Amino acid sequence: MVKFNKLKLGIFIACWLPLLWLLLDIILDNLGGNAVQAVHIRLGDWSLRFLCMVLAITPIQTMTNWRGMAEYRRMFGLFTFFYATLHLLAYLVLDHFLVWPIIATDILESSYIWFGIAAYLIVLALAVTTPKWVIKLMGKDWKKLHRFIYLAAGAAIMHYFWQLKGNLAEPLFYLLVIILLLGFRVLVSFKNRVVSRLMLPKGRR
Amino acid sequence: MIIKTKATIPEREITDQRIFTARRAIIKAAAGAAALSFLPGESLAEAKKYANVPLGPYSADLKPNDFEDVAGYTNYYEFSTNKTDSSVLAQKLTTRPWTITVEGECEKPGIFDLDDILKNNPLEQRIYRFRCVEAWSMVVPWIGFPLAGLLKQFNPTSKARFVEFTTLYNPFVMVGQKSKVLEWPYIEGLRIDEAMHPLTLMATGMYDDELPKQNGAPLRLIVPWKYGFKSIKAIVKIKFQENMPQTAWNKSASHEYGFYANVNPSVPHPRWSQSRERVLGAGVFTPKRATELFNGYGSEVASLYAGMDLKNNF
Ligand code: HEM
Repeated sequence: MVKFNKLKLGIFIACWLPLLWLLLDIILDNLGGNAVQAVHIRLGDWSLRFLCMVLAITPIQTMTNWRGMAEYRRMFGLFTFFYATLHLLAYLVLDHFLVWPIIATDILESSYIWFGIAAYLIVLALAVTTPKWVIKLMGKDWKKLHRFIYLAAGAAIMHYFWQLKGNLAEPLFYLLVIILLLGFRVLVSFKNRVVSRLMLPKGRR
Repeated sequence: MIIKTKATIPEREITDQRIFTARRAIIKAAAGAAALSFLPGESLAEAKKYANVPLGPYSADLKPNDFEDVAGYTNYYEFSTNKTDSSVLAQKLTTRPWTITVEGECEKPGIFDLDDILKNNPLEQRIYRFRCVEAWSMVVPWIGFPLAGLLKQFNPTSKARFVEFTTLYNPFVMVGQKSKVLEWPYIEGLRIDEAMHPLTLMATGMYDDELPKQNGAPLRLIVPWKYGFKSIKAIVKIKFQENMPQTAWNKSASHEYGFYANVNPSVPHPRWSQSRERVLGAGVFTPKRATELFNGYGSEVASLYAGMDLKNNF
């Protein structure tokens, strides 16, 4: 099935490091006074970073002509899902100890969480449709579904902005990264359209 | 009213701060290595300026947070929007000499030296709950004096319906004031009856010692039934006035931060719930606890708001 070459194995292992680092900090009591918030920030930040890495694959591939990067996109996508799931579990268990009525009130009253849930549902849908046989089964719809990653990125950024009081520098940074990554695609598709128009024989435009 | 003696403060809290101070000292000493021999444990214990201040009334029977939780996690946007960076940056602040300008609707306005004010207002310790609008909370043993006693010394007139407080403005030291996250200087305010309430405290110390600079030294307000942003730090001006003060957070987002800002679990912030709070220092495996109306001080302060719609006057 999955062939691990050395580079891929190295990157795969590296993707676990943020979790390892977090677990070490929990054990060593290194997370400061507001430890639960620190856990949320770590896991939320890494979910968003992996999401950005997924979006970075296509531009890198286009610029370097390096084929075979799709596998990394898939791996980073699954790690996005992995860290977002831990982030959700931390919220459910550490903040609210799985007391559902309390969770319901908290979600109803916290609009920033709605954006997080929207982002998570999309990431979840993309993760469960990664197996090869599902891709085959879905045909053209698979690509359409996986375009929703852009919406997930937008929702994640909103989720970040919406919870802050004063300091918007960090979410602005991620917003800029995502705009650049999306802007690259718009430019490329624009260029392709112009080029293909020029290439087509007259009368068949 | 509960009046307790000093003995109720767990000995371990005091130890904790000694360790903290020692650690700080070691960090400092590492920069100038020779200094280490100057720091025997005994003199550190003696260094506590307010160790003999008596425990005042209204102190909740609560276990204070570790000193590190309180001193290492502060919202002090004058220095930084980052809660730990502010602890480092605030050390540049010079807190003596320090004067407070008193003006507006009172018979005895003037400019007063902080040390004179501290001489005229006997200090006491108050162990209060502190609830931030960001849904976290802690318990702090403050050293201070009731604001009411201070305000009466200036003979407020009948027009003094509100009191406005202003933080120092000095962007060269308070480097956060160079960016426009809020309109500077920081301004807060209270209705005169809130200001005169016996729970309302002017703090100059905590944990038996002077306030750390990041916690609002040399003088800050403590209004324990309101969200933390009401408890303005590094006060340089007190003004009596007829109109409601234009407070900093209210000016920045009036639909999110009201003038009253009373702790109220059933009035959510527009973007997050206020029904529960994370307790600082409780560790990773302690879920949020339920937030109490008026932060648990309802029996003392609810009458201030009798007949008022707390949802509209948030
Ligand atoms: C793909 C989905 C998600 C992403 C990318 C994401 C990302 C983030 C980010 C970047 C932060 C802020 C970290 C910081 O301050 O530096 C955050 C905080 C947070 N997120 Fe998410 N999130 C997602 C889904 C969710 C979900 C589903 C929930 C809950 C149901 C949630 C609940 C929270 C909470 C409670 C915080 C911390 C707020 C605080 O500081 O108290 N997130 N998230």
